[in-house]
Amino acid sequence: MVTDAGTDAWAALADGTRRTIFKRLVGGPMAVGELAHGLPVSRPAVSQHLRVLKCAGLVSDRAVGRRRVYRVNREGVEALRSELDMFWGQALDAYALIADEGGHES
Amino acid sequence: MTSSTVDPIRKSVVVNAGIERAFALFVEKFDAIKPREHNLLSVAIAETVFEPRVGGHIYDVGVDGSRCEWARVLVFEPPSRLVFSWDIGPTWQLESDPTRTSEVEVLFIAESADRTRVELEHRHLERHGSGWQSVADGVGGDAGWPLYLHRYVDIVTAGVSQ
Repeated sequence: MVTDAGTDAWAALADGTRRTIFKRLVGGPMAVGELAHGLPVSRPAVSQHLRVLKCAGLVSDRAVGRRRVYRVNREGVEALRSELDMFWGQALDAYALIADEGGHES
Repeated sequence: MTSSTVDPIRKSVVVNAGIERAFALFVEKFDAIKPREHNLLSVAIAETVFEPRVGGHIYDVGVDGSRCEWARVLVFEPPSRLVFSWDIGPTWQLESDPTRTSEVEVLFIAESADRTRVELEHRHLERHGSGWQSVADGVGGDAGWPLYLHRYVDIVTAGVSQ
């Protein structure tokens, strides 16, 4: 994966147009054309802004037919999910052990 | 607003205990069941308490007496069913807005007189991501903005480092 180490999220969102683009994507996934609609910048400029947001890990994209659809990166929730998966695995192991120990005592 | 869902976490275990005891152990021994390293207090946890009633909480008590309530008991139906909220956000901070919390359901199913199947489901995880909407709300003014962005950066960093 190619990421621009110099681009952090703070820097990426320091730009007003990029904040507007990001704000729109928070409302739901959108293609470049839809994003450009109503913005006072050209479509190539929007693509350029999206590249910066993507490098900062704020958005991700995928091809849907001939369009490229952008969305806010959900990595945060996915990371939480894997952490909780481990958490509950450990918890239930401990629980089974406690039930066994209790069984021997009684 | 539509939001994509995140698959629930589903775990199950069969324990060597009858259903009544299996339920009681889960609640009474939750202190020993919950992995200790997950701690929102600034000091070590002395104990974790599961209050056995609807409207009760699950909370950690620190060695200095400080207290952190991180779950609300939503359903308490011994010996077969428990539901509690998960009021902890993606960066292991307390989440005070109930619309941004997920929930955990635990079902106890008797397999025999001394064996019980326990099925756990942690669902609505996507609600923890609804903070994104607040990011958008905060863009215009500066009030909530730096806070949420900071949180977002923490999340992304945590995701990458795994």
